[in-house]
Amino acid sequence: MVMIDPRTAGRSRPQGSGFELFVWYLMRVTGVMLFVLALAHFSIMHFLFDPSQESASWIAARWGSLAWRVFDWTLLMMVLFHSFMGVRTVLLDYVHGTRARLLSMSTLYIVALILFAAGTAVVMTLPVVA
Amino acid sequence: MLLRYRAREGMLAWAFHRISGVAIWLFVVVHVVDIYLVGGDPKAYNTVLQIYGSPIGRVAEVLLGAALLYHALNGLRILIIDLWPAMTVYHKALWYASWVIFVLVGIPGAFIILRPVIGPILGIGA
Repeated sequence: MVMIDPRTAGRSRPQGSGFELFVWYLMRVTGVMLFVLALAHFSIMHFLFDPSQESASWIAARWGSLAWRVFDWTLLMMVLFHSFMGVRTVLLDYVHGTRARLLSMSTLYIVALILFAAGTAVVMTLPVVA
Repeated sequence: MLLRYRAREGMLAWAFHRISGVAIWLFVVVHVVDIYLVGGDPKAYNTVLQIYGSPIGRVAEVLLGAALLYHALNGLRILIIDLWPAMTVYHKALWYASWVIFVLVGIPGAFIILRPVIGPILGIGA
């Protein structure tokens, strides 16, 4: 059971200096990055522009800028780590038993790897349009 | 769980953080797949995009934005308390402060997203 401090709503800092503490710190580091990157991304896509105009050719034109490809890939890395490790914490809270845990954790990590590969592939290989 | 216990601020903040987090995760899974289509099948992506631009899609985007904003603001609150344990005394005040920011940012944000739907109804144009 992952310890939750009811006063703060946050996960209590794990004891020791192993993998769990490393994840605990990285959740906070990626959380701060996402506060900026994810909110900026949502604001750009919904307030500055509108989804109705964001067609495949619009995205290709936007990715004509290397800076936006770097921005989007960084956002992808942060959000994949933060969201999948967050769901991992939730699953460890509710899923017990060796088999169920093995199955849920493997599924989680496989889906994460597929999204990592698919997202990285499209952001790095989409042809540049003039 | 939330109905049976006399829920207090800290517990509600935790429950909402968890629910909004799982909701955002679900969207991230869908969103990476739809962006993959930009390279793999642009026509299919443009079809999916029409859903995002539809009235139902816009309501879903407001809900997504709300989950994102709550999770971001409460995450900041968790971080403040983690880095500065003395602030634990004010954890309820911090939660209420996050709701003030949520409303101040969220209402105009929801209006911008929903304007193509509600603008004509209100007679102010899309």
